[in-house]
Amino acid sequence: MKKFTTTLVALLIMGSTSSFADGHKVKVGMITTLSGGGSGLGIDVRDGFMLAVKGNKNISVITKDDQRKPDIAVQLADKMIQSDKVDVLTGIIWSNLAMAVVPATVNQGKFYLSPNAGPSKLAGKGCHKNYFNVAWQNDNLHEAAGGYANSAGFKNSFILAPNYPAGKDALTGYKRYFKGSLAGEIYTKLGQKDYAAEIAQIRASGADSVFFFLPGGMGIGFMKQFSQSGIKLPVVGPAFSFDQGILKAVGDAALGVKNTSQWSKDIDNNANKKFVKDFQSEYGRLPSLYASQGYDTGKLLISAMSKAKVKDKDKFRDALRKADFSSTRGKFSFDKNHHPIQDIYVREVIKEGKILTNKIVSVGLKDHSNAYVSECKM
Amino acid sequence: MTSILFFEQLLNGIQFGTMLFLMSAGLTLIFGVMGLINLAHGSFYMIGAFSAALIASLTGSFWLALLASLSGAAIAGVLIEIIIIRRLYRRDHLDQVLATFALILLLSEGVRWYFGAFPLYLDIPENLNGTLPILDDIIYSKYRLFIIFMGLLIAVGLYILISKTRLGVRIRAGQNDRQMISALGIDISKLYTIVFALGASLAGLAGAMIGAIQSVEVGMGEPILILAFVVIVIGGIGSIKGALIGSILVGVTDTIGRIFLPELLKIFMESASATSVGSSIGSMLIYILMALILIIKPSGLFGKT
Repeated sequence: MKKFTTTLVALLIMGSTSSFADGHKVKVGMITTLSGGGSGLGIDVRDGFMLAVKGNKNISVITKDDQRKPDIAVQLADKMIQSDKVDVLTGIIWSNLAMAVVPATVNQGKFYLSPNAGPSKLAGKGCHKNYFNVAWQNDNLHEAAGGYANSAGFKNSFILAPNYPAGKDALTGYKRYFKGSLAGEIYTKLGQKDYAAEIAQIRASGADSVFFFLPGGMGIGFMKQFSQSGIKLPVVGPAFSFDQGILKAVGDAALGVKNTSQWSKDIDNNANKKFVKDFQSEYGRLPSLYASQGYDTGKLLISAMSKAKVKDKDKFRDALRKADFSSTRGKFSFDKNHHPIQDIYVREVIKEGKILTNKIVSVGLKDHSNAYVSECKM
Repeated sequence: MTSILFFEQLLNGIQFGTMLFLMSAGLTLIFGVMGLINLAHGSFYMIGAFSAALIASLTGSFWLALLASLSGAAIAGVLIEIIIIRRLYRRDHLDQVLATFALILLLSEGVRWYFGAFPLYLDIPENLNGTLPILDDIIYSKYRLFIIFMGLLIAVGLYILISKTRLGVRIRAGQNDRQMISALGIDISKLYTIVFALGASLAGLAGAMIGAIQSVEVGMGEPILILAFVVIVIGGIGSIKGALIGSILVGVTDTIGRIFLPELLKIFMESASATSVGSSIGSMLIYILMALILIIKPSGLFGKT
């Protein structure tokens, strides 16, 4: 009898908690790059996100490694949607993977919160009510770099980027704002590490400046080889080649380089100070911009969950759209196509003691949105 | 102007080729002597680079780091050969591919577990930094010249080792008839370990030399491995001479094609699409080269028919 009552009580408790909390729980599927080249980016996004949702009992996260392969990312997304029944997907770093996963995901009624990739196609014609980008539209940082190049008096730039959607967005973004002429324009292979051939072309081109977008390990190789080549041209680029994760590997070759970013560890607001401090004590390293993007994604999710149940899609979407959270970037809101309106800063690589890091020099573009808003019918 | 650029790109191609040679020489030796398809060869490239970065951060010496890359990869090679690879010689190629693929995963995860996922720092020594004027107008990176020099030095060294020494005789004999030389009383398993370690250490050296100008990170070996396989297929499996010629051919084709194909297409296309189409075809060029060579010589340039 006693056993029976305990079982009954236990069942009652279980039943009541699950029915009580069911609507407030959110299952998150995180697909990101955790192995191979470029894993540093995915690890930072994951760690930032996990830090933001740490201790929140209503969020459960399934994390899977996409190995930077579109086909694997698609398989993982299918599995997470079909059998794990996740409510929200996030985590993808690379634009070619995002293009493969996001449209199918949002069409099945799931939310996708992008902590990194922001290909132009998903901002313009391919925009979707369930797709939110918490980082930037791909062109943004490059547009700021183009703007900076004007103010620095560059007239003839040599520009290069890898041959994939984000690389094309990068050069488009730079050209949209840069007023000078181009001494050369090159697309390199994605994942390429040796830039001897490209550097020889830069030398021969007569350019007065170099703009490059080479995220992750690609940028390490380029910066080192460029500085060894003896070419003394000024370099400008987006923060991806100068973020905290890779500066150590680039070494002093990066010192003094101007780069553009929507985030920096010295942005002066309480959310950012707390983030930098918590991240360091949790993981024992300085956060990168990718980590800040993952963190903001987590905070955005929590803010929406406090306003609406995830099963109530329309209300939840409205709650996301409000972006009612304190971003590490300070002012942050979504434009009509669900991409951020935010300040983009110009930073400079400096040395703090023995550690290479970045410091803000100026605001490159204030309250900057993206060029694709009008194309988005939503 | 263009001829200077062309010559500089030619040197870049040769430098890329000599680096590929260090990778493919080991791969082709291991396949030729033991009949083993070793997908994990790229992992030794990574192990070499990480050993070098570790020693460089401890001692600050690039030369000690190079030595560490050779010995680190060789030690890893010996251990892996004795523990795992040895069991695979009699298996068919599919088993070898599966097992060595598993090794890639194990070694990558192991390195990530120990060193973390973020790239490590390894830099070239001060006296190889900067450029050197060769001929009137051509200036070229000293360090890349050093890579070319090291590659050629090792090519000569391997040639002497294979054709003039007792070990070389055994290796060649092993390539021709494994059963016969073990019947003649030569310790074949020791020979296999030596060859495997030799191949691994060459890959490790390549990893360290290239890691210093690129990046030292987990998974750095796999893209190179694919090219090394292309090289040994072009050169003829088992032939060191084929590996050398194949490497230079692949290196030069890749570099020259990548740069001059977009320029060529600009003559009859508009600039932006020429750049995009040109670089796409440029990255296919070595595979097209491989297909052409295999049509003419199905067993590679110097392969046994």
